[in-house]
Amino acid sequence: MTTQVTATENTTATTGVRDPLVIAGHGFGSRLIMGTGGAPSLHILEEALTASGTEMTTVAMRRVSTQTEGSVWDVLRRNGIRPLPNTAGCFTATEALRTARLAREALGTEWVKLEVVADERTLLPDPVELLDAAEHLVDDGFIVLPYTNDDPVLARRLEQVGCAAVMPLGSPIGSGLGIRNPHNIELIVEQAGVPVILDAGIGTASEAALAMELGCDAVLLASAVTRAHEPVLMASAMRDAVTAGRGARLAGRIPVRRYAEASSPAPE
Amino acid sequence: MDVIINGERRDLAPHTTVAAVVDSLTETTTGIAVAVNDEVVPKASWADTEVTENDRVDVLTAVQGG
Repeated sequence: MTTQVTATENTTATTGVRDPLVIAGHGFGSRLIMGTGGAPSLHILEEALTASGTEMTTVAMRRVSTQTEGSVWDVLRRNGIRPLPNTAGCFTATEALRTARLAREALGTEWVKLEVVADERTLLPDPVELLDAAEHLVDDGFIVLPYTNDDPVLARRLEQVGCAAVMPLGSPIGSGLGIRNPHNIELIVEQAGVPVILDAGIGTASEAALAMELGCDAVLLASAVTRAHEPVLMASAMRDAVTAGRGARLAGRIPVRRYAEASSPAPE
Repeated sequence: MDVIINGERRDLAPHTTVAAVVDSLTETTTGIAVAVNDEVVPKASWADTEVTENDRVDVLTAVQGG
């Protein structure tokens, strides 16, 4: 495991926040980005978001329903949390562009979490449609944060077309399988000139910490908190895990050795 | 005239505006976006934009997700 820090980790604070996460010139004090899907109620979601310390949270765009009670949009505004609309449910670049433009109109933000998936069973990103959508959205003035495969080549291409961050998956959405290919995540981190946000697959706190130790700049998760037995408790655990992993990354871990190395001085 | 609103066919009076369609679905106008035949209609144009026969109107809002 490399201990070399990336350029984005050393970004000078512009907001007064110590060690901020900076995306497209905007500083965040928290490196945990939350999703809102799967929460048992808006009340529990609000408590979990507060406990997580998150400053940015994803929402989806769907048709207005008269059956809908309460509003996640109101929850975010009440707590001063920046909305990050996603394009979940889109299978083509055309659909993603339309959803992003509707989200920009509805929420007044140019930030978008770009999701273009290949099929319902895996929800894995479709790399061809994803890159096409990213290029068009950047040209249209969006701040694009793409959910991508753990593919260093695709991550590089997304950065080259102007994405503000890259968000490789640890494993499929909602699977809780953790980070299946840490080596690829490290490769993405090593080459990236924009923040790398580990998105999807996190199941528990140690996996969020591992993402940060691998050099990711932030972690995005939802199900691990919203579907936990105690969502609020897991949210605070994730907050601590991301902070701990970030600290360990910056501190620099000791080299892995094959045999013991005494930490006490040898006897006289 | 027949118009498809959020996937359901409805009979609307001629010259119904996008603003009136939104009013019929929700009390709020914040956090809402409208597309007519997949084209976004900016909020500033809702009151001046009339829907026409067989238009597809989608009224969207932010929900939990992702």
